[in-house]
Amino acid sequence: MYIPHTEKDKSEMLKVIGVPVFEDLVKQVPSKFLWPKFNLPQESLDEAQAAAKLSGLAARNCRPLSFLGAGAYERYTPAAVKAITSRTEFLTAYTPYQPEASQGTLQAIYEFQSTVSALYGMDYANASMYDGASSFAEAVRAAVRVTGRKKIIYSAGVNPQYMDTLKTYFAHSADYTYVKVPMKDGAMDKAALPALLEGAACLAVQTPNFLGLIEDMDGVAETVKKAGALLVAAADPVSLGLLAAPGEYGADFAVGEGQSLGLPLAYGGPYLGLFSCRKEHVRQMPGRICGMTKDRDGKRGFVLTLQAREQHIRRDKAASNICSNEALCALAATVYSALYGPEGLKELAEANAGAAAYAAERLSAIKGCSLKFKGPFFNEFVLAVPGKAAAMREKALARGVDIGLPLAPLYPELGETLLVCATETKTEADILKLETAVKEAL
Amino acid sequence: MICAPTENRLSIEKSDAGRRGLFCKNPLRARAKVPANLRRKAAPRLPELSEFDVVRHFTRLSRLNFSVDTHFYPLGSCTMKYNPRFNEEAAALEGFAALHPLAHDTCSQGTLELLHDLSARLTELCGLDAITLQPAAGAHSEFTGLLLAKAYFEDKGETRTEIVVPDSAHGTNPATASMMGFTTVNIASEPDGRLNVEELKKHIGPKTAVLMLTVPNTLGIFETNIEAIAKAVHEAGALLYMDGANLNALIGLVKPGDLGIDMMHLNFHKTFSTPHGGGGPGAGAIVCRKHLAPFLPVPTVRKEGGRYVSDFGDKRTIGKVKAFFGNTGVLVKAYAYMLAHSAKEFGDIARYSIINANYVRALLKDLYPSYSKEHCMHECVLTPGEDMTAKGLKTLDVAKGLIDRGFHAPTIYFPLIVHEAIMIEPTETESKETLDEFVAAMKDVHDQGVADPQSLKDAPRTLPVRRLDEVLAARQPNLRW
Repeated sequence: MYIPHTEKDKSEMLKVIGVPVFEDLVKQVPSKFLWPKFNLPQESLDEAQAAAKLSGLAARNCRPLSFLGAGAYERYTPAAVKAITSRTEFLTAYTPYQPEASQGTLQAIYEFQSTVSALYGMDYANASMYDGASSFAEAVRAAVRVTGRKKIIYSAGVNPQYMDTLKTYFAHSADYTYVKVPMKDGAMDKAALPALLEGAACLAVQTPNFLGLIEDMDGVAETVKKAGALLVAAADPVSLGLLAAPGEYGADFAVGEGQSLGLPLAYGGPYLGLFSCRKEHVRQMPGRICGMTKDRDGKRGFVLTLQAREQHIRRDKAASNICSNEALCALAATVYSALYGPEGLKELAEANAGAAAYAAERLSAIKGCSLKFKGPFFNEFVLAVPGKAAAMREKALARGVDIGLPLAPLYPELGETLLVCATETKTEADILKLETAVKEAL
Repeated sequence: MICAPTENRLSIEKSDAGRRGLFCKNPLRARAKVPANLRRKAAPRLPELSEFDVVRHFTRLSRLNFSVDTHFYPLGSCTMKYNPRFNEEAAALEGFAALHPLAHDTCSQGTLELLHDLSARLTELCGLDAITLQPAAGAHSEFTGLLLAKAYFEDKGETRTEIVVPDSAHGTNPATASMMGFTTVNIASEPDGRLNVEELKKHIGPKTAVLMLTVPNTLGIFETNIEAIAKAVHEAGALLYMDGANLNALIGLVKPGDLGIDMMHLNFHKTFSTPHGGGGPGAGAIVCRKHLAPFLPVPTVRKEGGRYVSDFGDKRTIGKVKAFFGNTGVLVKAYAYMLAHSAKEFGDIARYSIINANYVRALLKDLYPSYSKEHCMHECVLTPGEDMTAKGLKTLDVAKGLIDRGFHAPTIYFPLIVHEAIMIEPTETESKETLDEFVAAMKDVHDQGVADPQSLKDAPRTLPVRRLDEVLAARQPNLRW
């Protein structure tokens, strides 16, 4: 209960309003609907009781040493990130509709847009989307709007959840077609592109891809452009501390899952959709965009801008229906990036690549296990295992290690495999525990 | 809000080459072996700052904001109520925060149980049968709801192409409809803001898929004829969708399911006290009747014996609207809030949100006439009086005058059907004293405006910036450093 009114307040207020009882205020509601019976607890919990209940539930989630990745990554969240995002001036504000009273949020969004643009090597970024999957779907939608075409080419290494979400976004029409670029040793078969791209709106590609492999994007944009299509690239932002940026290899739209930038895993959300584009597509960007401007005295200030794309102005003609985004997560990612800086992000990316390389080396040396693919990978890789991967995972879990995600349900053609991820949170000792766990689970 | 006048630099403008904040010294770094041709050529242009620089920079920015904790924030339709600190602590519990979304069900029993119980309580509170917690926000819920409708009609072998919305609707309703390939049919509301049932009947038929209705509507008025509306919609074979943005007026007071709706959405960041974070993250839900349940997104949570399992459900599911489960971290906060309320206490939320809105309306009626002539529900829509408009003053001037006095402005120029709308939603968590101060500020704005219109047009003067040039921002976009 968070209501301040005393009985005295209530009666004084009703008197000012001019009604004797509350029920007089809700006469517009047919009385048969009022005060129904609820099958809900008759007593609420006090804070201490609620804390005990929630701690009990939290404790029922077990905490194995986890090597799960597959689109969500274990990260260390710096204390300063938590300190800034718990400033309630940020936490309890709303979308900056009154810019003079929201310069803090607005400048933070501007710095977020700048950070995302810089990381992805793109011209512009928006104020965020719900998550990587919705950013991906919105980018493909934008490519469809720009080209007027409805054929979508995607690499087999795009996160299957992203494709599921995209298909949901296009579920209103049977006109959209999806063509998968075949895989060659776990990566996109570039030789297949020219034939597939004819009449396509875009090529959607993810690198590092869902199987962890880094796609060689050399020449891809040129092939795409030749077909009159656009290149939509999804990339993990931490990988970009080290790996080629989408802007460098010619992407038109670049998106990503911002959870990597220090956000907790939290069973799937809230995460952070990163969305960026080339200059010529800026008016096709969905969602909020913040711009720098001047006040009456010529002083620097920030406002939401290019709003003619948005639902509250354009209604049924809007570029997207998105209203709320993930502003606080965007703030966290901005602070995280500022704390690490270009050098720190590179170190983080190296630590990821190094931890995964070491894990791959140890695991592939186990008898019966091998790396499924030969190509370079970032922080996860596919391990072929001799037994049932799902059963191995359960066996290892019982000993406190989650050895990775069995891929058979998603990629049956890969056989019995695990997608194993190691981020900067893992030490050499952790990886040796992983090795033991896999051995014992065989 | 004290800050040095020259201090409005960006973080990048405070950057100095070689300055460092945090490091990653994990020795495994040395084992990284990424081929040179796959590496980025130019380092990203990000600030190089010390940790203290970063903390001071963003702490300063935080102080430039109005927020619920620091200011009364009566933004209509947004339900800016107190966000209990306890909710934050609950969501930050390591057991919840560190759980990977693909964790094995044996590792996620606590979270699954929480989601299961939250689902059960919410469906009961709404008087409906089934729920999905996957949508990330309100608009995302609308999108999910229309997908359900589409799948439902396809399953029945019907093609319906139109979504009907009143002209008082939130912009997200028509935007969602067209995103889904539906045609939007607008219906003019009555002068009192309600939908005329006879008029509605003229606009619905075999092509109508869904009527999207905000209850109470955006004027803060209950759709008294809701039963007749539901009947007309169902007779046309269509579905009735309730936009739940204004659920704060009904919670614990009315079960939306009793009104004859087929589905509705929830905004946890409105009704269920989770913070707005400067524009998110929110969380949404679609609560629906049995006939729509087979189409809900997956996974949902099911109890099987003594255990909780992710349910990938019916083949007829619409699929996924988002990767993974949903904004679970926000849902934990909403659950903490649910635990703090009995059924009766939920009713008090509706009761005091309605009393507060009517109290403000009553005290301001002479200076800011109410658009509607009857009592309101949880929010009221006012307009500047003739003595102000006669002097060329607009709602925008009232808003800027208010922020100069330390109150966040109400929602302005919405709903679109009210000329110069000022939409005030105090919420139940504001005290009589705060409302009295707000009313005094509104009167003071009025008096200043009538006595010296130009001085109000020059507001705000006490904030970090004065009125900003939005035209310049749009004509010459400067969107990054």
